[in-house]
Amino acid sequence: MEFFRIKNDIPFMRHALKFNIISLITFLASVFFLATQGLHLSVEFTGGTLIEVNYAQSADLEKVRGALGKRGFSDYSVQNFGSSQDVLIRLPLKDVEGSAKQGEQVMEALNADAPGASLRRVEFVGPQVGKELAENGALALLIVVIGIMVYLASRFEWRFALSAIIANLHDVVIILGFFAAFQWEFSLSVLAAVLAVLGYSVNESVVVFDRVRETFKKVRGLSTPQVLDHAITSTISRTIITHGSTQIMVLSMLLFGGETLYYFSLALTIGICFGIYSSVLVASPLVMWLGVSREQFITQKKAVAEGTTDDGACV
Amino acid sequence: MNRYPLWKYITVAIALVLGFIYTLPNFFGESPAVQVSSAKVTLKVDANTQARVEDALRAASIAHDGILLDSVGVKVRFKDTDTQLKAKDALERTFNPSRDDPQYVIALNLLSASPQWLTAMHALPMYLGLDLRGGVHFLLQVDMKGALTKRLDSTSADLRTLLRDKKLRHAGIGREGDRIVIKFRDAETRNQARIAMGDNVSELALLEQGEGEDLRLVATLKPEAEKKIGEFAIKQNINTLHNRINELGVAEPVIQQQGADRIVVQLPGVQDTAKAKDILGRTATLEIRMVDDSPGALDAGLAGNPPFGTELYTERGGSPLLVKKQVVLTGDRLTDAQPGFDSQTQEAAVHLTLDSAGARIFKDVTRDNVGKRMAILLIEKGKGEVVTAPVIRTEIGGGRVQISGRMTTTEANDVALLLRAGSLAAPMDIVEERTIGPSLGAENIERGFKSTMWGFVAIGVFMILYYQVFGVISTLALAANLLLLVALLSLLQATLTLPGIAAIALTLGMAIDANVLINERVREELRNGMPPQAAISEGYERAFGTILDSNITTLIAGLALLIFGSGPVRGFAVVHCLGIMTSIFSAVVVSRALVNLVYGRQKKLTKVAIGTVWKPGTAAVNTKEQG
Repeated sequence: MEFFRIKNDIPFMRHALKFNIISLITFLASVFFLATQGLHLSVEFTGGTLIEVNYAQSADLEKVRGALGKRGFSDYSVQNFGSSQDVLIRLPLKDVEGSAKQGEQVMEALNADAPGASLRRVEFVGPQVGKELAENGALALLIVVIGIMVYLASRFEWRFALSAIIANLHDVVIILGFFAAFQWEFSLSVLAAVLAVLGYSVNESVVVFDRVRETFKKVRGLSTPQVLDHAITSTISRTIITHGSTQIMVLSMLLFGGETLYYFSLALTIGICFGIYSSVLVASPLVMWLGVSREQFITQKKAVAEGTTDDGACV
Repeated sequence: MNRYPLWKYITVAIALVLGFIYTLPNFFGESPAVQVSSAKVTLKVDANTQARVEDALRAASIAHDGILLDSVGVKVRFKDTDTQLKAKDALERTFNPSRDDPQYVIALNLLSASPQWLTAMHALPMYLGLDLRGGVHFLLQVDMKGALTKRLDSTSADLRTLLRDKKLRHAGIGREGDRIVIKFRDAETRNQARIAMGDNVSELALLEQGEGEDLRLVATLKPEAEKKIGEFAIKQNINTLHNRINELGVAEPVIQQQGADRIVVQLPGVQDTAKAKDILGRTATLEIRMVDDSPGALDAGLAGNPPFGTELYTERGGSPLLVKKQVVLTGDRLTDAQPGFDSQTQEAAVHLTLDSAGARIFKDVTRDNVGKRMAILLIEKGKGEVVTAPVIRTEIGGGRVQISGRMTTTEANDVALLLRAGSLAAPMDIVEERTIGPSLGAENIERGFKSTMWGFVAIGVFMILYYQVFGVISTLALAANLLLLVALLSLLQATLTLPGIAAIALTLGMAIDANVLINERVREELRNGMPPQAAISEGYERAFGTILDSNITTLIAGLALLIFGSGPVRGFAVVHCLGIMTSIFSAVVVSRALVNLVYGRQKKLTKVAIGTVWKPGTAAVNTKEQG
């Protein structure tokens, strides 16, 4: 089997502007949703109590709501979770003393007015912890961005580092935009997925850039857009197959992983799809516009030599 | 060029064999067990205990599948959970005849059912997190300010004693916020006091303030002393929690410090959160203070106007009494508390043992206050209760104190237990709680397992169809990756959570990238007309740089998650980072070894089964038919 039978290099760079405008629009839409709707943050970040209960038969949500209302709970949300038998109850933070006990109070209320519930899971997060998690998450994102930029700059060139990180941060914003637009729950594991995607789709740019560097050194007389076209074309089959394989795994999690892994794998799916697009079709034009040229590699050759792939050393 | 020296093959073989051995215990599952461990520091579990367990089981005619003594305690396996429960009851009766004062912790547990020789070489199954096995997780915040305030209170009492011993007259000692202020009338006394305090109390930083008649010495805790007190408070609280959790009978509790001022408590298998919380939340401390029996004071207090420096309390019997705010002694000075009886009246009593500093203070106070009353208070959650307020008859030295009066035997037991289980050095609040039911845990394991399995199968099928022999090799390398990752997780006993399983799946999905890179490179070299052997070698060589680059960027993200993540994210990050390491090894070294084994020996290799290599300008040519 061979999916990709490409005779000549595909002129990606001719359409560079179009690709970038498409992603700019998606990006702006994401920013718009983030700004107007905001993220639907999980209990882990906001603080509060989350209780999952299971009924043997289909749960009567109205009854559950009634039971909670009768006990003086306010601002609670009651919804099905995964199946009609599972119910998820969310309660906002009260003063610390009160919040830590909400789990038991809810179970008492349910046992009295909506009997038959068995407790599956309680999560309580105090306000301080929630704030710290949010701060640490932001810090982790920052460290990843800086770490990857420093690594790429030392391994390639600042132009590559900058364009790779712009392209991939724009993926992150788009994932967040999706979560904001559809008001999907943004939890800690989604954050983990976002950061994993960031590290993963930078791979993509790295693979293309590796080729760009190699082509600049090996083939003379090509213009920069031609070099980029050649690099993208010769890696496209690997790009699609790799991402396809990763997506197979993610799909499997999406199908079999249950509710807990659902949003995690959803974030990965969006990340992988946009990751291909942006790291290939956004990062490369950015490199071109930042003014990458053959001379940078010829003069740099000595400095970079030890780390690069040894061209032709084994032939 | 495609041959490995023998040592490389051997390295790969050894890695895989070790991987297999350490993965093995995960397949045996777990069998129900009962664990007998000591509830007291003084009580050791040894071969004798093991013999007692065996006798008890024989007496109750309960069959077991093996008995084992380790550093935790005696563990007995049973064939099913019914027998396990029966055995637990039988052992409970034998080992803890008195419910009020349990000597041993009898807990239900699960033991790995893997054979003895595996356990002997520390090959254990993966350590499952709470979201996979069910249980309770608490994060407790220690109130450090509370610990410091308490310490300053007791220090100011120490200072008062010190100044009196040195016969230095002061005009009052008191705590104001986070400092102790001592007033003096003349500079000479202040100077002497300063020297005396400098010699005796090293943890205070002293500052002179005021002039004329109003001279003050302001003492604050030195930063290093504050740090030490904080560390001590955490340690003390962890000890206390250990003692309390022993009462719950949990097989493998985890009680750890997290950060500077937090404690994580994980109780696998515990479902009764209410009881767990109740026991953890009990913040009882002991305080001994003097009773203000001056005439008229009690009446003023009852009228809602207690004299300065006193508080109104109600004694157990119901009669009100005024207690001075100044604390003579706190539970910190307590080394032991045992229930017993008063040797003269045969009343139920609690016998306390104080440490040397406590004994000295107690001796001084009782000497100076013969004939007065002393109140013993139990402070729970900021509220105090006077347990008893006896009259001091003589000076009491030696640090042995007896609390008696209006107590039943059970009450004496409770008070002793509460005091012995230790007072918390600082109050704590639950800031995070997670309870996972056992059914959800089992479901999570199944979901994680299914996702990984189907994903793996799908990738494997695709790779084999697309890359043929190289696809088989890639799939084998991926299987080796999974094997090594699981072995590493089992070996390190890192906690596996559901996000951790997701990370295993994701790592596999990403790891195939390396093999795709290699295979595509080999195809490309073949397309360019390179002979097969050279193409393989070239493909591996060239792909390596790219593989390294891309894995390092992924690793950067993984490490950031590991450092800043907490809870579920951490579980994800640990597996993710380990997975990146194993995938570099398996994709590059293991798959190369396999390729070399298959193709390396053929001197005149003319075809390589890597699927169709399409050449521009010609029709599709299958490598198998290549010249």
